[in-house]
Amino acid sequence: MKVILEREQSTKVLTFNGTVQALLKELHINEETVLVIRNNTVLTTEEILNNNDTIDILSVISGG
Amino acid sequence: MQCHKCEQKAVLELQHGPICKNHFISYFETKVFKTINKFQLIDREDTICVATSGGKDSLTVLYLTKKYCAKYNIPATIFALGVDEGIMNYREKTISDLKDFCKEHDTPLHLVSNKEEFGKTLDEAYPIINKGTKKKTCNVCGVWRRFLLNKHAKRLGATKVVTGHNLDDEAQVILMNLFKANTKLAGRIGPSTGTQEQDQFIQRVKPLYMCSDKEVRLYTLLKGFNVQYSECPYAQTGYRYEIQDMLNNFEAKFKGTKLGIIHSFLDLLPQLKQRDIEKNESVGSCIECGEASNNDTCNACSMRLML
Repeated sequence: MKVILEREQSTKVLTFNGTVQALLKELHINEETVLVIRNNTVLTTEEILNNNDTIDILSVISGG
Repeated sequence: MQCHKCEQKAVLELQHGPICKNHFISYFETKVFKTINKFQLIDREDTICVATSGGKDSLTVLYLTKKYCAKYNIPATIFALGVDEGIMNYREKTISDLKDFCKEHDTPLHLVSNKEEFGKTLDEAYPIINKGTKKKTCNVCGVWRRFLLNKHAKRLGATKVVTGHNLDDEAQVILMNLFKANTKLAGRIGPSTGTQEQDQFIQRVKPLYMCSDKEVRLYTLLKGFNVQYSECPYAQTGYRYEIQDMLNNFEAKFKGTKLGIIHSFLDLLPQLKQRDIEKNESVGSCIECGEASNNDTCNACSMRLML
């Protein structure tokens, strides 16, 4: 799985199958602070992700 | 996960259930309009200055202030006012987005800057001011930004300054004031701040008061606004950053925490404002610039004079 992190301006490649909630937990990201996107669609925390997905993690925190 | 109102796929889980794109947009706009109505943030005769940075909150509040006025046939003049603090590799990006947005939405934009007003950018001024006062960057930035917004909103004939402060911002400020025992300042926040009675202060109002960071970012995304994430290089040095982090951790464990803080505060706000009225602290004028000040010289000029 390819994970693009907006706030960190970085990309991570990892092996992962599971829910959005589990992915955020694995990446130590607070779900209150992000939106998770796949194929231009916003995902809820129970959505199942597959290892071949490309996921964007957008920060909702105001930058300044 | 399915929307609790229709068969569409949900984009967000609210406390009362999951919600799809269209129902979220409707829910969000209704919430903002209800906030404006409940706290009487906009009058028919207003000339409205929207304080804008080009970030998600200010673009959303600009768009929805225009939409609100159109919906209720309010003939208000609306313009945007942006402050360029002079923060390298940060503000230039958001100002570029702001210019594009104002052009696309046919809104006059006025830009002012620390450099023009105070002779130095924030990057240049901060080390000098910090050396003499130990003031943090966010403190210097905030004082100058509020000064410029009030001064230029007044110059441009505004009767209200609309800001993009949201529920997260406000919950953070409430806790910051509480933790630092700044109870005097607590009565000066809320959905509507500043006083209508004093000519020197333009009243500031916050239509996004009940909307979280997450809801605002989702709204901009679903509406297709061009909002790039960019973080102020000074943001993580501030006290607020620690409070923000703590609040988000608490919210993740105990849903509704931020809203609980806001409701508790709104319950107390009338008493805090009444206390301010009873103290009857008169506001004078700064001997340097003539703007409103509690002291002979206002904070903005005090810092300018150190340069």
